[in-house]
Amino acid sequence: MKIGIIIKREYLTRVKKRSFIILTILAPLFFAALMFLPAILMLNSEKFDQKKSIAVCDESTLFVGKFDNTDVNTFIYIDNDINEAKNLVREGVYDGVLYIPRTELNLPVNAEIYSMRQIPMTLSEYINSTMQKTIEHQKLLASGIDPEIVKAAHTTINVQSIRMSEDESVEKKTYSEFEFLLGIVLAMVIYFVIFIFGGQVMRGVIEEKTNRIIEVIVSSVKPFELMMGKIIGIALVGLTQFLLWGVLTLGIYGIVSTFLPVQDVFSTGSVMSEQIVETAANADSEELLTQVFDVIHSINFKAILWCFLFYFIGGYFLYSAMFAAIGAAVDSETDTQQFATPISMLLIIPMVCSTVIANAPDSVLSIWLSMIPFTSPVAMMLRIPFGVPIWQVVVSVALLFATFIVFTWLAGKVYRTGILMYGKKVSWKEIFKWIKY
Amino acid sequence: MNFLEIKDVNKTYETKQVLHDISISVPKQSIYGLLGPNGAGKTTLIRILNQITMPDSGQIFLDGKPLSKNDIANIGYLPEERGLYKKMKVSEQAIYLAQLKGMDSKEADKRLRHWFIKFGIQNWWDKKVEELSKGMQQKIQFIVTVIHEPKLLIFDEPFSGFDPINVNLLKNEILELREKGATILFSTHNMASVEELCDNIMLINQGRKILEGRVSDIKQQYKQHKYDVVYKPFDGSDVTRLTVNATNPNDLVRDIIEKGEIVSLNEILPSMNDIFINLVSASNK
Repeated sequence: MKIGIIIKREYLTRVKKRSFIILTILAPLFFAALMFLPAILMLNSEKFDQKKSIAVCDESTLFVGKFDNTDVNTFIYIDNDINEAKNLVREGVYDGVLYIPRTELNLPVNAEIYSMRQIPMTLSEYINSTMQKTIEHQKLLASGIDPEIVKAAHTTINVQSIRMSEDESVEKKTYSEFEFLLGIVLAMVIYFVIFIFGGQVMRGVIEEKTNRIIEVIVSSVKPFELMMGKIIGIALVGLTQFLLWGVLTLGIYGIVSTFLPVQDVFSTGSVMSEQIVETAANADSEELLTQVFDVIHSINFKAILWCFLFYFIGGYFLYSAMFAAIGAAVDSETDTQQFATPISMLLIIPMVCSTVIANAPDSVLSIWLSMIPFTSPVAMMLRIPFGVPIWQVVVSVALLFATFIVFTWLAGKVYRTGILMYGKKVSWKEIFKWIKY
Repeated sequence: MNFLEIKDVNKTYETKQVLHDISISVPKQSIYGLLGPNGAGKTTLIRILNQITMPDSGQIFLDGKPLSKNDIANIGYLPEERGLYKKMKVSEQAIYLAQLKGMDSKEADKRLRHWFIKFGIQNWWDKKVEELSKGMQQKIQFIVTVIHEPKLLIFDEPFSGFDPINVNLLKNEILELREKGATILFSTHNMASVEELCDNIMLINQGRKILEGRVSDIKQQYKQHKYDVVYKPFDGSDVTRLTVNATNPNDLVRDIIEKGEIVSLNEILPSMNDIFINLVSASNK
């Protein structure tokens, strides 16, 4: 089969490209770095943090002994006048001076830190929160309220939403924040993937047209075979890339987690934030962990994966057929704009509505957008983490596939005429005429 | 015997009829010139032969049988607008295009190596096309056209972009291919190469055939009975050269014998260039 030869060339020339290899290897490394680097940096933060000694010039005397010394930060209470203290900083005795001015009537709400070099953000945040707590404490005492009562009254509310079904035994805890996020991420991925690989199809067609190899090829194979060979070959490149990304990401995750206790990595984040703002809701880490597992179990990843695959294939074929037709109609990439823009708009619509859809995944708008073939790949990805009735998925996928078959056929007609047409500014009217040939 | 037979082919694009009842016969193992000004319909006819476009009516026979999809492997086509994938290796590309013509990749590899040795370009094997000069690319294109040893070769302006040395090389290759049994259809504006290579020609203008036949016959047909005469007059003056119109060469000889001693006497046949220009401008009126 000649289409097999074409698919093979389209696939191999792209997979062997340096840019493909680099992107395939670097992207998982980049994501891994994004995941692990902040944690690694935090674990080793002492190595990066410079020791700071801060002179406290507290005219109000309210904060004496309130600032705790840590490995990094040392607070020294001084009685000097602020101007003298500033001079001491200039001389390098202290890294900075915290100046809390005396207030006559009210409790102090302002403070100043003088330093030669910028004070680390964590330090100024620590000072801020410590002062805030101290003042609050003072105010409560002044009003005759025991701060312990306030502490005890602090409550964290957790509303658990549970999705019921006809079947009484099936009740599912849902985590809509997570589903929302997952939906947005999936929609973004499918949106970019369709654009990136659809764009590759278009550029591939333009390349064959501008370097004039096209006439030699169509004297050997049918234009439709060439177009389909290109579309399928590039689809396989995309699937290869996903597969490699998956394998590499898991591999990197495996390697890093053996050398680095993952638990530590993920708990440091909360340790740090505790240091800074010491939240009252000091969630039990074990409880947190079970919640994470709950969330993960509540998501049907298998269904999501299959849906992603179907909508990627359907959406990609639909759009790349249109992009191939555009590529055939124009003489160079600069001329593609007038045709590519309206088609891109179709894909952008659900992206613009993404938060609306993810907020109300079962609204009329959401259902319609996930049924219309041009918007369904993105819209359905937004809905799928929330759970979508099977019949809707089936109808939507069937519509998408039927549309891509019709559009591939129409695009084939435009393509056939367009690829041998040179030096002609083509209009939409012209393209519709080619469909009728 | 005619290897290629085109009968009453018509083709209309939208409202413009680009081919009117075109019929041609191309004898086996001959070189057939397809001549005509730009926009005459040559490329359309060639595309119809390559089954890139279909005729509205008419028939085409190749080796006595109606043209079919299987004939793709029997035709080699060098288009006027030609090019290659710039980023692809020369050898990979040639093998790919040969495979599209139905060849097995091993066989294509073997024949390609043979051609590379023949042209002395073995060191191009792993080069990318963009690293080659235009003339070099044309050589590769020629090899790609003939590698599957087609019985019918279609060359559209094959010499454009070649330097004189390569034009000569290509001419010899074309003649050699004919010796080996190929039938060659050859579209060009270069009348000198037509006289040199073509056995038969067809002249087409505005979609209509205005002339067909053997090159030698056509020249005879359009000759204007002009003679180039060089003689040494008896009166002792210098050797004289004249272009004379004469209906009968014998009468001409008789006339000149009286005046002097004949050095040479040749009939002037019209060049294909003159015939082309005269016929096309006449049919445009």
